[in-house]
Amino acid sequence: MTDQPKHTSGQDFEQSLAGSDTAVAAFDSERRGLMSRLQHFLHSSPAMVPLFVLLVATATFSIVVGPKFYSPFALTLILQQVAITGIVATAATLIILTAGIDLSVGAIMVLTSVVMGRVAMIDGWPTPLAIAFGIALGGACGWINGMLVTKVKLPPFIVTLGTWSVFAAAMFIYSSNETIRSQEIAAEHPLLQFFGTTFKVGGAVFTYAVFLMVILAVIVWYVLNHTAWGRHVYAIGDDPEAAELAGVRVDRTLVSVYVVAGIICALAGWALIGRIGAISPQSGQNENINAITAVVIGGTSLFGGRGSILGTLFGALIVGVFSLGLRLWGTDPQWTQLTVGALIIVAVAIDQWIRRISS
Amino acid sequence: MKTISRAALACAVVAGGLTAVPAFAADISACLITKTDTNPFFVKMKEGATAKAAELGITLKSYAGKIDGDNETQVAAIETCIADGAKGILLVPSDTKAIVPTVQKARDAGILVIALDTPLEPITAADATFATDNFKAGELIGAWAAGTLGDKAKDARIAMLDLATNQPTVGVLRDQGFMQGFGMDLADPNKWGDETDPRVIGHDVTSGNEQGGRTAMENLMQKDPGVNVVYTINEPAAAGAFEALKAVGLESQALIVSVDGGCPGVQNVQEGVIGATSQQYPLLMASMGIEAIKQFADDGTLPANTPGLDFFNTGVNLVTDKPVEGVPSISVEEGLALCWG
Repeated sequence: MTDQPKHTSGQDFEQSLAGSDTAVAAFDSERRGLMSRLQHFLHSSPAMVPLFVLLVATATFSIVVGPKFYSPFALTLILQQVAITGIVATAATLIILTAGIDLSVGAIMVLTSVVMGRVAMIDGWPTPLAIAFGIALGGACGWINGMLVTKVKLPPFIVTLGTWSVFAAAMFIYSSNETIRSQEIAAEHPLLQFFGTTFKVGGAVFTYAVFLMVILAVIVWYVLNHTAWGRHVYAIGDDPEAAELAGVRVDRTLVSVYVVAGIICALAGWALIGRIGAISPQSGQNENINAITAVVIGGTSLFGGRGSILGTLFGALIVGVFSLGLRLWGTDPQWTQLTVGALIIVAVAIDQWIRRISS
Repeated sequence: MKTISRAALACAVVAGGLTAVPAFAADISACLITKTDTNPFFVKMKEGATAKAAELGITLKSYAGKIDGDNETQVAAIETCIADGAKGILLVPSDTKAIVPTVQKARDAGILVIALDTPLEPITAADATFATDNFKAGELIGAWAAGTLGDKAKDARIAMLDLATNQPTVGVLRDQGFMQGFGMDLADPNKWGDETDPRVIGHDVTSGNEQGGRTAMENLMQKDPGVNVVYTINEPAAAGAFEALKAVGLESQALIVSVDGGCPGVQNVQEGVIGATSQQYPLLMASMGIEAIKQFADDGTLPANTPGLDFFNTGVNLVTDKPVEGVPSISVEEGLALCWG
């Protein structure tokens, strides 16, 4: 997706602006300063800032680290590494676009992954049934979140803070924290590891999880931008009262957003089995934070109504590029943590700056 | 006649039961505070403590932090135990330094505090520490890896898969123990990452799970594809590292060593995924801790340290089916009989 950037100059940035869809930003043609125009442009194309950061970071590490970083293998390795976070972040983006937050996404992912694995491995269900059950369970978890937010009228932060613990604890109780080993799964239910299957094109290596991430992103992008449901999601995030007055069934849409997010998390849970081979209750415990980090760095506003799926994908990739790049450069892992923290703050600061034009 | 004797017997049992109840609740209560209640290691620990407490007639209350590193919940748990009039606290500290003042409060209140698994800093902040000798655990796998490689050890390419960036003691001890066992200069033995031995291709962190292990292994392999020894902080991280190696077809090139001795881990040793692992014994730590609290409550005796160490070593064994001369080990079969989780 983000192949082979070479230039770091501002002109390159301008070029990428020219290539993008600016049709939405059809403002009147009064004279404006450069800054103001940039601000407007970024307001209408929230994925541009993260794309720019991603290209600059990739180019910089390619120069500093050299071919070890700038190789098809390494660049596709980053895709593999961010696939799980990218998928969960897609779910998180949907929620955040409605001005909500979902802290339970990671817990839903691990819960569904453990349930799929255990009903197949321990209870002997056929693999497709086990997977379908896991995905349905993900949707049910999302539905619980959605009902608590809309019917009980609790803030999403509180609801998902609670369900995060509930889902995680339910998973621990159900599984007695037991790991099921990769070799046993490969022997009995290889379909569970489907998304770990690799696919080589020259030096580039993809896992099916990478395709899942990209396909999901394309679908969600299409739905958000080209269907009534998608526009309603943005409208609710921007101003729920106005959306309601305009005839949007706010509660129903919100519940559906949480259900879809839950289903996407369950898909991530399936992909997680492929990634780590095993069914592991211990894995993925920080995935909610990783996902929200990707969303925020990807330029989606935590205040709702503004942002894009592509930005989220770029956000996840930025974290992946920095993690691998800094490691290959020879820094301690602490520096990755520090850099990602700084990126979050920069991203939110830019968001605030961009938002100022609407006030 | 028969009925009468039966009734008498029943009376006796009831009476016995009644008198036994107050004796039972001779008000020895104890607390077990673990890092989390999710890790199988702590689950096993709780099992050991619960069984021993029931046997000795001690009321046991268990607490756990929400996540590894959650100090506040542990502080609150200790305060609850003080208020509750507990005789002893078994603590697996999440933050080995920050919890010390709270531990002191408990000791001032006359409570015996025993650190399990993870020593406090300083180690003397607790009345006693019952733990695996994590340095020794690392040393065993280091020596085993060096012995297995033989002459090739001097050209080894070693990936170090550690726990977390804040370098908790347990992670540092295992890492540095491994290096010592392998025959490397440690520089400062209180931290990892400052060594200059060219055989180490790098350190990365895993959070001690499969997902982290896989990503860390991928990163380090990208740094040096010739990696042939992989140190891992625990067996889930080792399983993740193996998946990463397998994905690029290098699983037979690298020797993976680990620490823990959980059942899935020992099975992985059996199948050759992990070369050798150092097994520790959480159940024993907890049950011995409860015994020590009982002893202390009865006559005030404090538990003693293992000679030569500043804690009581609950033991560690190297589990492998490919023993190396000069490195004591037990077989996978024995390891499976003793495994936890």
